[in-house]
Amino acid sequence: MTDPNTLSPLDLETPDKTFLDTNELVINMGPQHPATHGVLRVILRLDGEKVLGLECVIGYLHRGVEKIGENRTYTMFNPYVDRMDYVAAVSNGLGYCETVEKLLSVEAPPRAQYIRVILTELNRMASHQLWLGTHALDIGAITPLFYTFRDREEILKIFEKYCGARLTTHAFRIGGLQYEAYDGFEKDVKNFVDFVKPKIDEYEELLTTNRIWLERTKGVGVISGKDCVALGVTGPVLRASGVKWDIRKALPYANYKNFDFEIPVGQNGDTYDRYIVRMAEFRQSLRIIEQAVEGIPAGPIMAKVPKVMKPPVGEVYHSIEAPKGELGYFIVSDGSTQPYRVRVRPPSFVNLQALDVMCRGQLVADVIAVIGTLDIVLGEVDR
Amino acid sequence: MNPVVTNPPITNPPVATPFFFYLLAATMIIGGILVITRKNAIHSAMALITALLAQAGLYLMLYAPFVAGVQIILYAGGIMVLFLFVIMLINLERNMKERQFNKQWLVGIVAAAALGGLFITVYTTATRGKPLFPEGRVIYADGQNTQAIAALLFDRSTGQYMFAFEIASLLLLVAIIGAVVMAKKRI
Amino acid sequence: MNEFLQQYVFSYLDTKGLTPGGAGNIFWATVYILLVFGGLSVAVIAMNWLERKILAHMQVRLGPMRVGPHGLLQPIADAIKLLLKEDIIPAEADKIIFWIAPFIVVLAAFTVFVVVPFGPTHAITDMNIGILFMLGVSSLSVLGIVTAGWASNSHYPLIGALRSSAQMVSYEVAMGLAVVSAIMMTSLETGTGTLSMIGIVQAQQAQGVWFVFKFFPLGLIAFGMFAIAMVAETNRAPFDLPEAESELTAGFHTEYSGFRWSLFFLAEYSAMIAVSSIAVTLWLGGWLRPFPGVHGPSIAIPHIWPPADPAAPTGALDFVFALCPGISFLLLGAMCFYNVQRMPKHPLFKIQTMGLAGFGAVLGLIGLIMFLPPVRDRVEDIFWFSAKVAGFMYLYIWYRGTFPRYRFDQLMKVGWKVLLPTGLALLILTAIVGMHADLWAQITGGGQ
Repeated sequence: MTDPNTLSPLDLETPDKTFLDTNELVINMGPQHPATHGVLRVILRLDGEKVLGLECVIGYLHRGVEKIGENRTYTMFNPYVDRMDYVAAVSNGLGYCETVEKLLSVEAPPRAQYIRVILTELNRMASHQLWLGTHALDIGAITPLFYTFRDREEILKIFEKYCGARLTTHAFRIGGLQYEAYDGFEKDVKNFVDFVKPKIDEYEELLTTNRIWLERTKGVGVISGKDCVALGVTGPVLRASGVKWDIRKALPYANYKNFDFEIPVGQNGDTYDRYIVRMAEFRQSLRIIEQAVEGIPAGPIMAKVPKVMKPPVGEVYHSIEAPKGELGYFIVSDGSTQPYRVRVRPPSFVNLQALDVMCRGQLVADVIAVIGTLDIVLGEVDR
Repeated sequence: MNPVVTNPPITNPPVATPFFFYLLAATMIIGGILVITRKNAIHSAMALITALLAQAGLYLMLYAPFVAGVQIILYAGGIMVLFLFVIMLINLERNMKERQFNKQWLVGIVAAAALGGLFITVYTTATRGKPLFPEGRVIYADGQNTQAIAALLFDRSTGQYMFAFEIASLLLLVAIIGAVVMAKKRI
Repeated sequence: MNEFLQQYVFSYLDTKGLTPGGAGNIFWATVYILLVFGGLSVAVIAMNWLERKILAHMQVRLGPMRVGPHGLLQPIADAIKLLLKEDIIPAEADKIIFWIAPFIVVLAAFTVFVVVPFGPTHAITDMNIGILFMLGVSSLSVLGIVTAGWASNSHYPLIGALRSSAQMVSYEVAMGLAVVSAIMMTSLETGTGTLSMIGIVQAQQAQGVWFVFKFFPLGLIAFGMFAIAMVAETNRAPFDLPEAESELTAGFHTEYSGFRWSLFFLAEYSAMIAVSSIAVTLWLGGWLRPFPGVHGPSIAIPHIWPPADPAAPTGALDFVFALCPGISFLLLGAMCFYNVQRMPKHPLFKIQTMGLAGFGAVLGLIGLIMFLPPVRDRVEDIFWFSAKVAGFMYLYIWYRGTFPRYRFDQLMKVGWKVLLPTGLALLILTAIVGMHADLWAQITGGGQ
C-alpha cells in the first residue's frame, strides 16, 4: 500500500494502481455544510475512515473584487475591501489604506495611526472571538460560542459608535481617518479592556484543560514549520508550528514599533497549539490596546492628500498582519485615478493550501476540526 | 442430577396459563415459518427475533426467569444484532432474486413428515403408559432460579459445572481473539 | 358480580408489601401501568422544556419565552407541529422495517419501566431478575436503531446507525460490570444477593448506607463508571458523534420526519430516565431519603406525626425529610410567583401573566396537599426517587452544554480500554473486600 503522505493532490482523480483495497470512497462535503465556515466545497478521498487526500473547490463566493478595483478610483475602492474578510474588516481597510499611502508616499499623522492601531487590535480580538466560538462549536462544545459572541458585542458597539457600522466598517481613509475619535472613546476602550480580561480567562477555563478538548485537538492537523514556509502559510498557523514571524515585528507598520508586545509561538503545529497561540494573541492585543490608549497624541487625523488621487506610475506591495495571517496588497498604478491592477494576497487563500497536508492520515471527523483551526473566511478566499 | 430445592408453596398461582402458552407457542411457530419464507433477509431476522422473544416468554412460564433474561440479553440483544450487522454489510441483492424454495420441496415435505411421525411414535411408545411429560420436573418458586444456577456452578457440594463453564468461556475467548486477528489489517 | 369486583379491587389494598404484579392483581397492575406511562410522558415533555431552558441559561440566553409564559407551552407546540408534519418515506425504503424501527425503540424504552421501583410497593411488578430484565430490554433498542438506519436506504444513516449501535453495545459491557459490582454488595448482610430492584434498595436500607458510599471509594468508582457508560448508552453528549449535525454522517434518524422522529426522541428521553433509574436504584438508595440510617430522637406531634403505619420510623430527622416534598413544590410555586411579578406590565402580557400565576397556584396547591399526612406518607418514596432521577437529568443537560464531542475512535477507546479494565478491577476488588468486610472495616477505621 502506498504511503498516503506522498500522494500529491493532482493524483486524486486517477486511482493508484498498487492500491488493492477497494474500500475507497470519494465524499463531497458540499458547499452547504454547517461546518465549512462558508461556501467551501471539499472533496475527500477516504480509505474507510482515514483521509487519503482532499481537494478544495472554491469560487462560490467570487465577486470579482479585484476586477472591480480596476474600475474604481482609489477612494471609491476603499469600501470594497471590507467585504473580503468580512470578519476583520478593519484590518482589510488598514492594509489597503497603507498600501495606497505607500504608493502616494504620504504617511498618516501619529494620532491617526494610534487610533488605527486601537481599532485594528480590537478587530483582531473580535475576529479571534468569532473563530473561537465557531471552532468550539464544530468540535462539539456548544456553549463558548455564546460567550464569545456576547463579548464581541462590546467591540462592535465601539465600532458602531465610531463609524456607524458594526461589521463592514470602512473605518479608515487614505491618509488617515475621516472621523475624529468620539467623546468617550478612550473611556470605552479602557472599560472594554477591563471587561474582557476575566472573560478570556473564562474561555480558557472551559477549554484549555478539558480532557475531551485535548483529545480532539492534540496531534490533529499537524504541519511542520518547514511545510508552512514552503506553502506560504502565515499567521497563527505559522507561529504555532514554531516559526516566529509576525509582520508587526518583522516589517513594522503603523507605529507598531512604539508598542511593547510579544509574539506567541507554539511548538508542535497541531490544532491545540494554534488554539494556545490565538488565546495568547488575545492577551497581547489587549496589551497593545492598553499602551495605545494611554498615549494617543493630539494632532490632525488626516494627512495632506490630494482630493483627486493620481499616484505616480509604479507598483507597490505592502502587507500587514491581519488576524488570519499576512494580508498583502499589490497595487500597480498607471498614473490615472484608477489603479491598473489591485491584487490582494489573502491569508485564508494561501492557508487553505495547507488543508491537504494537514488532513492526510487524519480521520474524517478531524477534517472539520482542521478547517476550523485554519480560520478561513470564504469572502477572502474567493474575493 | 438436578438438586431439588424444597421451596415454600407458590403464593401466586399463575394466571391464564393455557392462553399465554398457546399465544407464545403460536408466535414462535409463526415467527419460525416467516424466517424461512421471507425473501428479504432483514424480515427473516426480525421474525427470528420475535421467535426468540417468545421463547424467552416460554422460559418464564417454566419458572426460569434467569434463563429468560439471559435469552433476551444474549440472543435477541446480542446475537441477532450481530446477524443484522452482517446482513446489512453484505450485498444481498442477488439473494433476493432467488426462488425461496428449491425444486425438491416434495422430497423435503416427505422427509419432514417422516421425522415428525418418528418423534410422535417414540414419545407415545417409550413412556409405556406413564404420562407423556414427567411430573418430576422441578418448580422453583420465585427467586430461586438464579440461586439454583449459582449453586450448580459455584457451590462446593453441588457445583459440578464450573470446569465446563470455564472451558466454554476459554473457547469463546479464542474465537474472539481469532476474529480480531483476522479482521485487523495491521496490529 | 359487583361484590366480586369490589373484593378484587380492595383485596390488593389490604395486602402489605406486594406490588400489583406480585399480588397478581390485574386491575391495580393496569392502574399502575397507566400511572407510570402517564408520568413518563409528562416527564419527557418536562425534559424537553427543561433541556431548552437550562441549556439556554447556560449559554447566556433565555430559551423559549413566547409560547406560554416562559415557554411552558413550547413542548405542546412542538408536539402539535410534529404530529401535523408530512410523513415522508424515502423512495426505495423498506416500508415494513421503516415502520417497525421506531416502534421497537419505543417498546424497549418503555417496557423497562415495568420493574422500576418508586417505593417498596410502588412498582408495577417486582421480578426477581429485575436488573437483568432492565439491562436486557434496554439492549433491544439497539435493534431498533440498526433497523432504522437500514430502512432509510441511504448511505449516511446506515453508517450512523452502525456507529450508534457499536457504541451502545460497547458501553453495555461497562454498564454490566458496574452493575455486577453493585449487586455483589447486596449480599453482604444477608448472605444471599438479589437481582430484584426492590430487593437491592431494601439491601441498602438494611445496611443503612447508599451503595455509592459503600467500601469507599469502590462504590463511588462503580457509580462513576455507570454514570459515564449510561451517557454513552443513550447517545448523549459528549458521546453523540453519530447524531451530531456538524459531522458527515447525519445519524440514523435523518430520514424520519414528523411523528416517527418524535417517537425516537421520546424513546431517547425515556431511555435516559430508565438508565438514571437504574443508577439511582443501585447506588443512590432508590426511594430512600438521604441518611437512611440516621433517625434522630423520636418525636410525636398530634395528628401530624408519627405516620399511621406502625412500622414506619418516627425520628425527628424522618419528620424533617418527610416535609421535603411539600416544601419543594411550594418553592416551585414561589418561583413562579416571583416570575409573575417580573413579567412586563403590558396589556399584551396579561394572559401569560395570568397563566403563570395559575401554574404557580397549582404547584403551591400540590405542595400544600403534600403536607397532609396520608398523602405525605405515600408520596415520600416516589418524591425522593424522582428527585434523584431529576438530578441525573440536570447532569445530562449540563454535560451537553459543557463538553465537546468525542471522536468516534476515541469514544470506543474510552469504552474498551478505560472503562472495561476499570470495571474488571473494580469487580475483583469489590468481591475481595466484600468477602473480608470485617478486615476492610478494620483497615478503614470502622467505616463501611
